[in-house]
Amino acid sequence: MSLLVNKVAIVGDEIHVPISSDADIVIARQQGRALAERIGFTGSSLAVVATAISEVARNIIEYAKRGEIVLKPVNQGGRQGLTVMARDQGPGIPDIALAMQDGYSTAKGLGLGLPGARRLMDEFEIISKVGRGTTVTMKKWVR
Amino acid sequence: MLVPILKQGDFLIATIQSALTDDDLLRLRDDLAEQVGRYRSRGVIVDVTVLDVMDSFAARTLRALAHMVGLRGARTVIVGIQPEVAFAMVQLGLTLGDVETALDLEEGLELLHKRTKRSASRGR
Repeated sequence: MSLLVNKVAIVGDEIHVPISSDADIVIARQQGRALAERIGFTGSSLAVVATAISEVARNIIEYAKRGEIVLKPVNQGGRQGLTVMARDQGPGIPDIALAMQDGYSTAKGLGLGLPGARRLMDEFEIISKVGRGTTVTMKKWVR
Repeated sequence: MLVPILKQGDFLIATIQSALTDDDLLRLRDDLAEQVGRYRSRGVIVDVTVLDVMDSFAARTLRALAHMVGLRGARTVIVGIQPEVAFAMVQLGLTLGDVETALDLEEGLELLHKRTKRSASRGR
């Protein structure tokens, strides 16, 4: 079942937030924060999750123009957590190692985007194909 | 969401009321740089108490705002960064550079008064 509320699509236990403008970045991080709260995150980890979502969502706008953020609760061996997936069909990243270096950025960012998000989250994975797009998957566990 | 800017004596106080988009932040930066001249203000306070996120774009824009206001001859103080937000900023590796900060509006006003104190003997 799919339910569309205010541009946000709920698909099963996933929340899909389409990203195509800077206002969507705000929606994505607010949705992420709200879901994190429901999962059991508290205090500074809510700010950490919201900040990481903001960075990867902005990355979509800067490099691919449009894409989506998918938020999903995870439960692994009794551990509760949140998965954030940021995917686009943009130009892709030719050199991921370079893009993950601090201070590296080809757009107007500070180069904190992806490496910054990796520092904020517990798990971080990036798959990118030039001309096909980029998918970043990151997880944070409730402590 | 437009950020209201209040003129209080020699200072301008911009109190953020809700989550801001990138465009809102850029507009705040430009509005303050312009109004510092219009009102001949000597100091600016940006109150970010309600922000639950300060990402790299917001931090960069606040640094630019303080720099622009500084080039126009006024001082900027950022007040109200919440402890959770400060924690996330440190984790992310964000700094506000040499931008001055204070705990809250009261402390910010005190700091601005100190920074913009006219020399007592001038003009006498």
